[in-house]
Amino acid sequence: MKVKFVLNGVERDFEVKAGEYLLDTLRKHNILSVKKGCDASSCGVCTVLKNGKPVLSCSILTARCEGLSITTVEGEKAEVEKFYSYFGAEGADQCGFCNPATALTVIAMKRELKNPSESAIRQYMVGNLCRCSGYVAQNKAILNYLEDQS
Amino acid sequence: MKTVNKAIPSVDGLGIMLGRPAFTDDLADVSSLIVKVLRSPHAFARIKSINKEKALNLSGVEMVLTHQDFPRKPFTRAGQGYPEPSPHDKFVLDEYVRYVGDEVAAVVAKDEETAEAALALLDVEYDILEPVLNYQEAMDHKAVVHPEPEIHEMFPIGFEPKRNIAAAYGMDFGNLDDAFSESDVIIEETFTTQAQAHVMMEPHTVNARLDVQNRLIIYSSTQTPFHVRRILSQALAIPMHKIRVIKPRVGGGFGGKQAIHGELLVAWVTYKTGKPAKMVYTRKEVFESSYTRHPMTLKIKLGATKSGKLKAIDWYVLSNTGAYGEHALTVFMVAGSKVLPLYNKVDAARFHGHVVYTNHTPAGAYRGYGAIQGNFALESAVDILCEKLQIDPIVFRRKNMILEGETSPVFEIMGEGTEGTAMNMETCKLDYCLDKGLELIDWKNKYPRVPLENGKIKSVGMALAMQGSGIPYIDMGAATIKLNDDGFYNLTVGATDIGQGSDTILAQIAAETLDVPIEKVVVYSSDTDLTPFDVGAYASSTTFVSGNAVYKAARHMREMIVKEAAEILDVDTSEIVFGGDVILVKNSEATISMRDLSNRITYNEDQKQLTATSSYYGTKSPPPFMAGFIEIDIDPETGEIDIVDYVSVVDCGVPINIKLAQGQVEGGIVQGLGMAHFEVVKSSSKGQLITNDLLKYKIPTSADIPKLTTAFAKSYEDSGPYGAKSVGEIGIDTPPAALANAVYNALGVRITDLPITSEKIILALQNKKNKESH
Repeated sequence: MKVKFVLNGVERDFEVKAGEYLLDTLRKHNILSVKKGCDASSCGVCTVLKNGKPVLSCSILTARCEGLSITTVEGEKAEVEKFYSYFGAEGADQCGFCNPATALTVIAMKRELKNPSESAIRQYMVGNLCRCSGYVAQNKAILNYLEDQS
Repeated sequence: MKTVNKAIPSVDGLGIMLGRPAFTDDLADVSSLIVKVLRSPHAFARIKSINKEKALNLSGVEMVLTHQDFPRKPFTRAGQGYPEPSPHDKFVLDEYVRYVGDEVAAVVAKDEETAEAALALLDVEYDILEPVLNYQEAMDHKAVVHPEPEIHEMFPIGFEPKRNIAAAYGMDFGNLDDAFSESDVIIEETFTTQAQAHVMMEPHTVNARLDVQNRLIIYSSTQTPFHVRRILSQALAIPMHKIRVIKPRVGGGFGGKQAIHGELLVAWVTYKTGKPAKMVYTRKEVFESSYTRHPMTLKIKLGATKSGKLKAIDWYVLSNTGAYGEHALTVFMVAGSKVLPLYNKVDAARFHGHVVYTNHTPAGAYRGYGAIQGNFALESAVDILCEKLQIDPIVFRRKNMILEGETSPVFEIMGEGTEGTAMNMETCKLDYCLDKGLELIDWKNKYPRVPLENGKIKSVGMALAMQGSGIPYIDMGAATIKLNDDGFYNLTVGATDIGQGSDTILAQIAAETLDVPIEKVVVYSSDTDLTPFDVGAYASSTTFVSGNAVYKAARHMREMIVKEAAEILDVDTSEIVFGGDVILVKNSEATISMRDLSNRITYNEDQKQLTATSSYYGTKSPPPFMAGFIEIDIDPETGEIDIVDYVSVVDCGVPINIKLAQGQVEGGIVQGLGMAHFEVVKSSSKGQLITNDLLKYKIPTSADIPKLTTAFAKSYEDSGPYGAKSVGEIGIDTPPAALANAVYNALGVRITDLPITSEKIILALQNKKNKESH
């Protein structure tokens, strides 16, 4: 079946199977920033922005994306570069498998929350699992980014 | 120093955040055949028959592989140097399945859906056998997990498979009986530690293709590309020169990717069909069919004098290796060898035990590698002893712990599967770590407990720890540095960046030595065709072992450049001053830039390629040390624990990259807290894994960890590159004992069975109340 949605600012047609998930469609179309980390919608590494809000692309049928706007880090290069300058400075990246998803979630948070407290930030990020960093350096980078860039 | 001991961002961090293809599955051939494994529903069974006809008749199915398709040659997937200290007890596929999730057969199909459908069409008849599920009863159990005659050890490791013993070991020094009889206080306690799952975010992933020279090109998410090449060659009887293993970006490992996983099947499929093939573990497979940390039972007896001198340690460990013996001996030995030396002044000590087979998911390497289990037992026991002695545990530790310039007989006696290596602690700032940690956690105002207005109790607890820096005389790393025209360098290393940042810190070491900004050192790692050898990312070896190799190679490159410059400038090499981007001559105006020098030798005169290759193996393994302190607020009604802060003060020599070293420590702390507090691999009474997804197996989230305080001791290890020791594992060791000690300090109950959950605390409080009222 055919589905039309805006991917990273460009309206595109996608030929998909009925039961195909957005994660698989995106990876098939060379959007490799979205990763598959689990089978139970519980790790966060497949996060994309659906009309600006972070969602798990492993749980969304591509067929239901008709008319939506889907954004990945590939479509947020300038903002990701800005965020990375804080993230890298804290040495928060480590293996990086979750980093595109983390960046997208932070960018969405910046647009959604006004001056979030540290604990509000930690709550917002709760669905983005990271096994490497211990989170504290990440949270410090997020705080610095939000303070400077909001 | 210009580059080392600075907080330089990772060389590849931005590109990865931008989603550029970097990880193994990003690099798979789009036409790859999909390899999927049928996994055993039984904990122990013999496969009577596999009817593959229906599956083979399904359109799009390329092949079905069973144990009959492979040479019957035992090997180990452990991913260690050769010969391995792990028994050769695994076949690519076998007619026996030994745990729920073990490999029965593999299907190969054009896509995921077809492969899944084909799995469902395989008809397997099992002869179900009685499994061994309780490791306490495994030794001499009437059911034998490995009855097959072909399996063997590579050198004596105490291997007795007929008794379900994968490995055994014992050592002692001093006179234990005398030491205990001279002790005024003796305590004995048994501790148990659970299986923990690695939960690296990237599942185990591999893909393969043939190149134009008909060679097998394997992309693998591995910590040990050179070992993967060797093991594939040995197990599949494919000549080693026909195999190239490329390690792309790895999405976390923590020991779980030291061993090999899907590589064997995928390599075989491509080798046989000539077609690209791939395999990505599902999260369920990662939980069920990779590895866990070894569960252990640790019985420990300590004796001390009234004045607080620790006299004797007697220690028995029973370790559960699950269905296969990967890392069985060595993880168990590290429980002693990287814990006992903390208290080096004892008169006598004994460490002995067994590692048993059971019908569970195999245990393997996991960050800490036995030291976290051993640390929980010993550092809990020390607090128990101090309570009985009525001595402050800080005073006791100060009096008995290892100090700079000292040694322990354990270093010489215990290696990893072999004898050890005697060494003095040229750097050991444990005294500083202890003092600084007490200050940072504000111990004097919080120890042992402070009742809070909200009814909770604030308390603190602590533990000391040590680890190693590679395995002496075994682990080897190598590096090549090439000078390019325009005056920049390539650094190729066998060392394996799995997210810990080794590419960055090795480039820093080269850049510092060659006196250039890090941008002028282009690093490429872990490709068995293109980079020199390295054992891989394990045993906290990279900074110390691979770092020393890089340092040596960079020094060698400097010497070669000085020689070239001396010829060009027509002076003696002793007159040359190496200035990184420019070469100068002492007391002279003569000079040549590196750009001109490199362009000249590339294009114009006396043309040549300058490369320097060096390798390094340690003749000792200087341990990093740390003191870890936890502050908790605990609710005495519910047992709920709020982790308020975790203070780590670490002696890892000079941190090559301050922020990345801090990341290693903090990442370790949080994994250790997960193990200490709530992570546990659970299976049913029939051996089926219950915790097989991230909803049932919880790892710490951003909301669980409010604060970590990490500091480094000023320390310079002469044998390390720029004074560095390794830092990859040390962070994980202290949280279990520190938390157990904090809970005791708060409530007076001692939890000896990990994880320390609220439920166990409440039960212990009830037991205590019942005892007191009787």
